Amino acid sequence: MMPTSIPLDYYLILSAVLFVIGVVGVITRRNAIIIFMSIELMLNAVNLSMVAFSSFLGNEAGQMFVFFIMAVAAAEAAVGLAIVLALFRQKKSVYVDEINIMKW
Amino acid sequence: MELQVVLFTLFAIGAIVSALFTVTRKNPVASAMSLVAHFFMLTGLYLTLHAQFVAAVQVLVYAGAIMVLVVFVIMLLNVGREVQQSTGNSLRTTAATVTGAVMIVMLASVVISNPTGMNELKPFTKQIGDHLYEGGTTRYIGRYLFTDYIFPFEAVSLLLLAALIGAVVLAKRHVKEVES
Repeated sequence: MMPTSIPLDYYLILSAVLFVIGVVGVITRRNAIIIFMSIELMLNAVNLSMVAFSSFLGNEAGQMFVFFIMAVAAAEAAVGLAIVLALFRQKKSVYVDEINIMKW
Repeated sequence: MELQVVLFTLFAIGAIVSALFTVTRKNPVASAMSLVAHFFMLTGLYLTLHAQFVAAVQVLVYAGAIMVLVVFVIMLLNVGREVQQSTGNSLRTTAATVTGAVMIVMLASVVISNPTGMNELKPFTKQIGDHLYEGGTTRYIGRYLFTDYIFPFEAVSLLLLAALIGAVVLAKRHVKEVES
């Protein structure tokens, strides 16, 4: 039987699934840009759960936090991609396992 | 059948599929395009939650600004298809498998406890004390953004300025390199 409205739990489960897809992406991929995109996936999964809670509790705070997370993500994108560019200039590679100058 | 149910199902499946495409594609451009699709699916999910302002900002900031930046960098660096390294792969695969297994166990325990129906989403307009929640319209969000949340708002503008300067300093080619 189809439910007549979607419970909060479905949004939270979906959010958890998307977050774990992001985690698996960060762990398995070598390309720094794709790792960066996986981090964006994780941020968005958290945003989804925040908006769901905001709608569920009838409180604007969750959506405020999503707004600020998006601003921080934009800042992170600018700095992160600048780091990738600087790394590529140094090492001619964006694969993180070839970048090991700080590895003990 | 309720419209919210249909839309949630469609967008949830779309979001999971496009997220999987993002992390599995070898070609970074295909990955980025899947991520754009993922952001649009999330926009739909925000709309089912009556968060219109967040949905609009999602399209503008994520699908617009951030992904353009990412695609620019991919094109600029001209990275081709990712070649999986043969050595050192097993540790990564094991870690990913463990993460996935933990997630499946956790989700199964949640689903087995049968939470469905306990936490019904309320109608999007409701009164709590003298506080009226009107859903995530721009008017409602904006009123709080410029009153209760004015300090974080200004702090974020400083952060964006710092990130802007930081990105320019990091990505700037050094003068000596250009001369040589």
